[in-house]
Amino acid sequence: MKFKSVFDIIGPVMIGPSSSHTAGAARIGLVTRELFGRQPKWAKVYLYGSFAETYKGHGTDIAIIGGLLGFDTFDERIKTSFDLAKEAGLTFEFIPETGHTEHPNTARLVIGDESAEMELIGVSIGGGKIEISELNGFPLRLSGNHSAILVVHDDKPGSIAKVASCLAEQNINIGHMEVSRKEQGQMALMVIEVDEHIEEHVLQQIALLPHITQVTKISD
Amino acid sequence: MKFLFRNVKELVELATSENKLISELMIEQEMLVTRRSREDIMKQMDTNLTVMEQAVEKGLKGVHSTSGLTGGDAVLLHNYMKKGNTLSGALLIDAVSKAVATNEVNAAMGTICATPTAGSAGVVPGTLFAVQNQLNPTREEMIRYLFTSGAFGFVVANNASISGAAGGCQAEVGSAAAMAAAAIVEMSGGTPQQCSEAFAISMKNMLGLVCDPVAGLVEVPCVKRNAMGAANALVSADMALAGVTSRIPCDEVIDAMYKIGQSMPSALKETAQGGLAATPTGRALAERIFGADFVKGV
Repeated sequence: MKFKSVFDIIGPVMIGPSSSHTAGAARIGLVTRELFGRQPKWAKVYLYGSFAETYKGHGTDIAIIGGLLGFDTFDERIKTSFDLAKEAGLTFEFIPETGHTEHPNTARLVIGDESAEMELIGVSIGGGKIEISELNGFPLRLSGNHSAILVVHDDKPGSIAKVASCLAEQNINIGHMEVSRKEQGQMALMVIEVDEHIEEHVLQQIALLPHITQVTKISD
Repeated sequence: MKFLFRNVKELVELATSENKLISELMIEQEMLVTRRSREDIMKQMDTNLTVMEQAVEKGLKGVHSTSGLTGGDAVLLHNYMKKGNTLSGALLIDAVSKAVATNEVNAAMGTICATPTAGSAGVVPGTLFAVQNQLNPTREEMIRYLFTSGAFGFVVANNASISGAAGGCQAEVGSAAAMAAAAIVEMSGGTPQQCSEAFAISMKNMLGLVCDPVAGLVEVPCVKRNAMGAANALVSADMALAGVTSRIPCDEVIDAMYKIGQSMPSALKETAQGGLAATPTGRALAERIFGADFVKGV
């Protein structure tokens, strides 16, 4: 069941004109910013399918930039996000692509600043709901609807168990979890969707565990 | 995760056997799935209802989109209705004007509540605020109208699609009209089975509807399709309340919609490459708005 809540159907409250092309696009931008942990300095946005064909008409571009600036779907500042990006020191470029993707409304965001870069593929699946299908080359499935933790770690025995028991000690229940790695023994990624709210100190605890490189939260 | 219903058959059977409203089952499922309190869930839907009221109010005062393609029709319709000699009846034109009002606000980048999407956001509130005058519902009953709509929309979104890019306009305005038809029946005191008949009748008459927005904007023909979605919902609800049934069961109609969407060419799924978008006038409008380079790309 891709759609779990009635508010995926009756909602979101948003700035028009399109739930998939405006609200969904804003959410992709917002999740990207949250995963990056701060506002990026630059962004390259590749658009596929219907996104590529009609992004100007739907305000997909201003919505994605609005999201990168931290605006939610109902934030009226989305309308003027291009000007606000300039003020905030965010440069950006939109590149419509002709390649085929699994879902017609797909965006690939490459963002960064002086210290880091990140690449994310987001899909707007209708009604303002999104999925994140890839992060820095790792395939993943993230609805953006639950609190989720992303943990970059070394592919070493016990690292997953330690994170899981750390969450268990805090009485946090794991609803969904995926682990992927590029190569055996190399960098790996845990995606953990949880039912409870995650406090900052939990993230700090996880970050202190052995073999953990980076911990990020996606807020609910 | 445990869901109370996954299709319309389960929804109707459960409502009938437990003697509950469909809206009640949607509320109970939401509590179960999200672990939120009833109070919290009702409050959020109340907020969404307020957003819908404000959008209609704004649209009836008259708004225009930046492209200039849409705006002002809600005012024309409302004034025409007030003169009192409409052919299709005041309630129907009232619903149509309020559906149009919502989508004109959406096209003008105003605040709306997606139901189930932004492009189809006019149908559910448009019909609600029109039948409101006839049925005099309480605030809670109006909120329940949205949960009934949501229950059917939930089934469509999970078993088919509510995205124009994936399934054409039948998935957006088609779903919205069918959701509204079911909700009107519940508010009018119809049975859960009658709700599902109304849904099926409405959806059957939206099958095959393509998504072909001029210049890629959610304006032409989207705004007027919301008008017809609202009219379709009211007529379908009346048919179901009269005792008319659908020969094809609701879930099979939803499945047919999904399969039609899959076999629809991508030129007719929100890419602005076919249908009305590809007419000489559609292309000329796109060129006027975005310039010749954009149109060449399309």
